[in-house]
Amino acid sequence: MADARKRLDQETSAGPLGTARIHDSATKHVAGEAVYIDDVAAPEGLVHAYLGLAQIAHGRLLSLDLEPVGVAPGVLAVLTAADIPGANDISSTHRHDEPVFSTGAILHHGQPLFAVIAETREAARQAAALAKAVYDEAAPLLDVAAARAAGGELVTDPLKLERGDVAAAMAASPRRLKGSIAIGGQDHFYLEGQIALAIPGEDQDMLVLSSTQHPSEVQHMVAAVLGVGSHAVTVEVRRMGGGFGGKETQANLFACVAALAARKLKRPVKLRPDRDDDMVITGKRHDFVCDYEIGFDDNGRILAVDTVYGARCGWNADLSGPVTDRALFHMDNCYFYPAVRARSEPLRTHTVSNTAFRGFGGPQGMVGAERFIEEVAFATGKDPLEIRRLNLYGDAGRDITPYHQTVEDNIAGDVIAELERRCDYRARQMAIREANAASPIVKRGIALTPVKFGISFTATWFNQAGALVHVYTDGTVALNHGGTEMGQGLYIKVAQVVAQSFGIDLEQIKITATTTGKVPNTSATAASSGSDLNGMAALDACETIKARLVAFAAKHWQERPDDIAFLPGRIRIGAREVAFKELIAAAYMARVQLSATGFYATPKIHWDRKAGRGHPFYYFAYGAAAAEVAIDTLTGEYKVERVDILHDCGTSMNPAIDRGQIEGGFIQGMGWLTTEELVWDEKGRLKTHAPSTYKIPVASDRPRIFNVDLLENAPNREPTIGRSKAVGEPPLMLAISVLHALSDAVASVGGHRVCPRLDTPATPERVLEAVERVRAEAAS
Amino acid sequence: MRETLRFILGDRPVEIASCDPTLSVLDWLRLDQRMTGSKEGCAEGDCGACTVVVGRLDRGQLRYEAINACIRFLPTLDGCHLLTVEHLKRDDGTLHPVQQAMVDCHGSQCGFCTPGFVMSLFALWLNEDAPSIARIEDALAGNLCRCTGYEPIIAAAQRMYRLNAGEREHFALQRERVAKQLADLCDSETLVLDGPDGRFHAPATIEALADLVLDHPQATLVAGATDVGLWVTKDMRRLDPVIYLGRIEELRTIGDKGNHLRIGATVNHADVRAALAGLSPHIDELMRRFGGEQVRNAGTIGGNIANGSPIGDLPPVLIALGATLVLARSGQTLSPHPEEPQSGVSKEGSERSDVSFETRSAIAPQHEGSAAIVRRELPLEDFFLDYRKQDRRKGEFVEAVLVPRLPAKALFHVSKISKRFDEDISAICGAFFLRRGADGRISEARLAYGGMAGTPKRAKAAEAALLGKTWDEAAVDEAIAALPRDFTPLSDMRASAEYRLRVAGNLLRRFLIETTQPMVQTRVAGLLAEAAHG
Repeated sequence: MADARKRLDQETSAGPLGTARIHDSATKHVAGEAVYIDDVAAPEGLVHAYLGLAQIAHGRLLSLDLEPVGVAPGVLAVLTAADIPGANDISSTHRHDEPVFSTGAILHHGQPLFAVIAETREAARQAAALAKAVYDEAAPLLDVAAARAAGGELVTDPLKLERGDVAAAMAASPRRLKGSIAIGGQDHFYLEGQIALAIPGEDQDMLVLSSTQHPSEVQHMVAAVLGVGSHAVTVEVRRMGGGFGGKETQANLFACVAALAARKLKRPVKLRPDRDDDMVITGKRHDFVCDYEIGFDDNGRILAVDTVYGARCGWNADLSGPVTDRALFHMDNCYFYPAVRARSEPLRTHTVSNTAFRGFGGPQGMVGAERFIEEVAFATGKDPLEIRRLNLYGDAGRDITPYHQTVEDNIAGDVIAELERRCDYRARQMAIREANAASPIVKRGIALTPVKFGISFTATWFNQAGALVHVYTDGTVALNHGGTEMGQGLYIKVAQVVAQSFGIDLEQIKITATTTGKVPNTSATAASSGSDLNGMAALDACETIKARLVAFAAKHWQERPDDIAFLPGRIRIGAREVAFKELIAAAYMARVQLSATGFYATPKIHWDRKAGRGHPFYYFAYGAAAAEVAIDTLTGEYKVERVDILHDCGTSMNPAIDRGQIEGGFIQGMGWLTTEELVWDEKGRLKTHAPSTYKIPVASDRPRIFNVDLLENAPNREPTIGRSKAVGEPPLMLAISVLHALSDAVASVGGHRVCPRLDTPATPERVLEAVERVRAEAAS
Repeated sequence: MRETLRFILGDRPVEIASCDPTLSVLDWLRLDQRMTGSKEGCAEGDCGACTVVVGRLDRGQLRYEAINACIRFLPTLDGCHLLTVEHLKRDDGTLHPVQQAMVDCHGSQCGFCTPGFVMSLFALWLNEDAPSIARIEDALAGNLCRCTGYEPIIAAAQRMYRLNAGEREHFALQRERVAKQLADLCDSETLVLDGPDGRFHAPATIEALADLVLDHPQATLVAGATDVGLWVTKDMRRLDPVIYLGRIEELRTIGDKGNHLRIGATVNHADVRAALAGLSPHIDELMRRFGGEQVRNAGTIGGNIANGSPIGDLPPVLIALGATLVLARSGQTLSPHPEEPQSGVSKEGSERSDVSFETRSAIAPQHEGSAAIVRRELPLEDFFLDYRKQDRRKGEFVEAVLVPRLPAKALFHVSKISKRFDEDISAICGAFFLRRGADGRISEARLAYGGMAGTPKRAKAAEAALLGKTWDEAAVDEAIAALPRDFTPLSDMRASAEYRLRVAGNLLRRFLIETTQPMVQTRVAGLLAEAAHG
């Protein structure tokens, strides 16, 4: 494998890797020809399932009268927990706390109670609403404060990171302050909602088309629910209409219910909830309350940080453990804390079970870090950017994270300096201050924030991947790997690797749907790891085939293996050149195996969670963003007017795709921190369950001036695929610059003396509230 | 009477003899026709993944508009030309310039929203040359993308005009042919369509409509279905029968009556915007932010009023302008209905001293001569009785709105406050009208708010506080102090009661600043901000 990487490094200038290529499905997307699961031609006999949901947030189900459901027009069957042949359990972290259907305990509003199967989706949907449930209702715990007040039951083990003597360092700090920030959640709002289509086969076989980022987990869950071996279940994913983490574990329920119904009825079954039910049933980004105490000196140098990140995890553990862990892993962002203690508090609440979402807790951790900086800046009367720079990781002695990993690849300072220069930060900041003095109502603000994001699953064993490459006798190639395509361009990137490796055109490669039948035991396409892992696995498969081809060619043409090289479209063998297709045909005739699996496991990483020590991340991805905003101090309305980004993709595998990830991630992060507000009522009912009430950014919300640059000449110091860096999640956190630009604008009404302490999402209402508070505090 | 629905799908004439009145265009395309290019993202007209383009004859001219297929009822396409994402690519595989530009600019990632964006851009390509970036953003306000952050899609919208100019000619030719075909489908027969779950009526004349409304008191009247569509997709309601107003040309007309405009009930928001933009740039900006482009193309002024929502954006503006509602009904039953509220008649005109309509006949519609129709006018503000309850009597329907022009020197202001700037529903909408006498003191004030009560409502106490005062900060302070007597707003997912009340007052401050200190910037986005600050 080491040789393979080296070879690819040398060849990047020659082939498609590193060049801007369009998404492999782009022409299908624009023509309406890309097939999503709901578009698949219905198998003969297809029927439809729909879920019946609990109408209270907490209590017990005393009785459930399903007769009106069963006799509704078109209804074929009604299924409850009693119909499950295997385990009524889809808890992804094996804590047995997530039943498919409730057996009595109601733990959140919208918890599935039963499924109805009918001839049409509409009939099933209508019938599902006819159940008569009687509940013994209990008071729900809906947020962090309520959960803490009731004793603070946790859904999973908390994490503590600690380095140095925090109590002593805090006590010795010349200055100290305490504070708290509420950080809101976020709905994924993938445009394609959850969906599964299950097709029963012979024996106990089940084929499930699932819109999931984690086909292997869906396979395992379906097998467990049906009570069969994993070998009986095949899960296939050609593409998702967006995932963002919302289809890492949340697809399990829909796939399992569709498969259960397909088994019971011996017919293909499709399950697609409507948008409202999708938003009510499925988990979201965790909202946090971060309480902190910071010790620092008069220059603004941080000496000690002690913090607790309390999270609303919802009714079961799901991924809340690793999510809250990752929040702590990023409570430093780019900053060195000489003494630090960080604790997570994954709290159980009677709300939807929060889950993975792009950044996976990291963004929340980082929002905390940037608040610490802001607090220190206002306390010392210094510019926040100055405080940021002052506290960056540095040389030996200032390079150890709270989890005891040494930061070896730190480029945050360089990235900040370069962006500051490119976007003319200082001059604009001065101009804005001057303009604000002359503008009584509209105030502008500017902020520059950096990002350092750890790459690797913190569950070390997930850092593995497999691939399967077939070369057919005509020289065309079928590519398969464990990664899933949710729009991020993974398929085209891995295809570029294969094209590069063989020296063939992308057109010669057929990218095939991800399926557990071809590559087993895969990890979720998550943690930004898709191209790192699957690119390497595919390359490994290619190298295996190439090694066989080289051995064959050396023998066939009587040349030394060292004199054989793969060039674009051809192979040089000694003095002669042979077309790839020609070589393949000859190799086949000589009975050379033209198919291979590939495998990759990320080196170097280890993590001891109990000790809170290790090297959980293979490397860090960096970036920085400068945002400029205007706020209206009468209404709290605002506009992001300009954003400049400099982001580190290592040596980009596909600059067009990477730019798309940066721009899209930034806007998604901006939505999270501004207009995307989740509101539950006092009964625990989600009030923002559709785009009419839940507001993700639209076209006019993007900054009109939006300068996005990839950091040049910055190969990954680790030997990753093509020396690239993962890019799926890190750019989302660049949007923290918007929050701080808003804060800067708010601060202007108090002469930049009072810390605005904006909670998120910073809706117009929160901005106005902060404006009035700052104004009042500054006057007092 | 005609019992067959007729329209054109792509280049194929379609005739349907049986169809449920509320079958959505999207479900028909996806389930019945197996045309799965158009996607369902939300089923409420907010995400645009289902966007299709519909051509219709408007006074003889073929007009193409992007609409949401998820909440549009199929039978309302009678006499229309329906184009979906499947119709753009040529048979030889050549992509349409819109599609090619999206590919070139990396405008798709997951691709699920893409067909909708393509169709919104296609409508833009058909109707406009060289749109500004602001205009492109407007045209796409009804399309959500969660992956790209929109930048490449905006780039595609600019690039599409530079590709394959020959495609324009192709569509011009098609346009001519389709216009002829649609003209052949036009008739003045009432369309009656039966489906397993109900009946759909689409009269072609006001008289036929009036008779139907009278005969079917339980009927749901539908025009753009931008709200009624959600009763079906979200609440799973079965509506039977449905009476569709969209085929009646008189209801779609805008008449310039000198001192006022007469706007027919089914004039869509796009045309209302064009008609009212001249009254005030504030109205133009409000209408720009009305739903997304697809909703502006489908939704109507009459629907926005008759639906009686407390957060509809037009009623506050129309109330502040002093608009009058024209309700019509069949003359078949002239006897008084005991259940009718009588107040409507007695109020008529009583609070209209501010609007100097010349005579009844001068504002009478074209059908005044017809004995078959009886009309009643009332100030719009009196139409809203209570939450979702209006002064509409048996057999009545909204026929038109009479919108007075702003008198010279009147002060007028509109502000819409929402969580997201575009394609959002108001948390608060304020529309203010002030006139001052010769002494400079305020002689007339209409402060209308949406989102502050169960109906769109005037702030009478705040108005009273302003009357007789000079238009200055002291007067505004008094008006703001009076607002809590006018309103006890609710807290909901859009805003808290405190925020609503605070901003309701601050909007009066904004009004004062904008009318007395024009150099002070008060808006951060939208047309008014751009006009003032480039």
